[in-house]
Amino acid sequence: MTATLAVEAISTGEAWFFWILGPLAVLAAIGMVVARNAVHSALFLVLIMLCLGVFYVIQSGPFIGLAQIIVYTGAIMMLFLFVLMLVGRDAQDSLIEVLRGQRVAAILLGIGFAGLIATAFFRALRNVSATGLAAANSQGNVQGLAAIIFTRYIFAFEVTSALLITAATGAMILAHIERRKEQKTTQPDRMRARFLPGNYPGPKAGPGVYALSDSVATPARLPDGRQSERSVPPILPKRELTEIEAAPKGTASSFGGHGSTEGR
Amino acid sequence: MQPGYYVVLAAVLFTIGAVGVLIRRNAIVLFMCIELMLNASNLALVTFGRINGTLDGQIMAFFVMVVAAAEVVVGLAIIMSIFRTRRSASVDEANLLKY
Repeated sequence: MTATLAVEAISTGEAWFFWILGPLAVLAAIGMVVARNAVHSALFLVLIMLCLGVFYVIQSGPFIGLAQIIVYTGAIMMLFLFVLMLVGRDAQDSLIEVLRGQRVAAILLGIGFAGLIATAFFRALRNVSATGLAAANSQGNVQGLAAIIFTRYIFAFEVTSALLITAATGAMILAHIERRKEQKTTQPDRMRARFLPGNYPGPKAGPGVYALSDSVATPARLPDGRQSERSVPPILPKRELTEIEAAPKGTASSFGGHGSTEGR
Repeated sequence: MQPGYYVVLAAVLFTIGAVGVLIRRNAIVLFMCIELMLNASNLALVTFGRINGTLDGQIMAFFVMVVAAAEVVVGLAIIMSIFRTRRSASVDEANLLKY
């Protein structure tokens, strides 16, 4: 390092931030890998990305830090959660190992790799102090970035636009469902199916509303006293009415035996 | 504290992401682990830029971000189309390219 370069001292506040958020990010990363539920993994990843965004801001990169929070936690993670909700949110990872011993081997390999690369970096950079970006950011961080990106990196920037438009087109093509014309159900078909024997063409009855229960899981009663299957949505557990609830009000002996009939 | 600590943290995060890619089965979680690896490399790039006193590290992290966004869009679309045909997001199930 030449003597002309300034050396930036790391403040105590930054050290505090690092020692709080760094272990938090590592713990969240481990949690992301071991969480059975994919939604929990996504939330852990959000936490990691927020920690890294704070690190970027601390390391005098406010623009890249905010872009990290907006683009990653705002856009990419929302995309992840969207696809998670579409594709198997409840699809748990299987515990069956296809390759025997792969999990243990992967963890051992990971520990070895982390030990090697982290100690190498630590020994190499232990005595290196940062030059700091005070000179590069003297005109402002965004202005400094723009000055480089539109001169030295202009070709990469232009190629990026081609990449983005290709990715957008590819995603549209992959997500598009091609439906053949003969597979489409037409209105006459639907009408015929509706009036086919076995299908009741009228609207379904609403759920039962009683003095003791107006839940949507309570089935409505037919004129002959039976409970209507069609009045309850099939995903709800059907709620059976108890004797007291099912009895006509004011006539059952269980109501104290007054025997008074109501003039309804 | 030295800025090299950030690089060590980036190395640890990268390794955890790599281990996650090896041990998880759900394709979406695999993608999240890949995102974690890209993020860790971003942290290393930003730290190197700070050590060297130039903004090039931040520009490279910026490009990595753009490429990651494009990769996620296409990858998730592929996962969606695989899920549509095989009704599963597990990478072990998808052993054929067609059907």
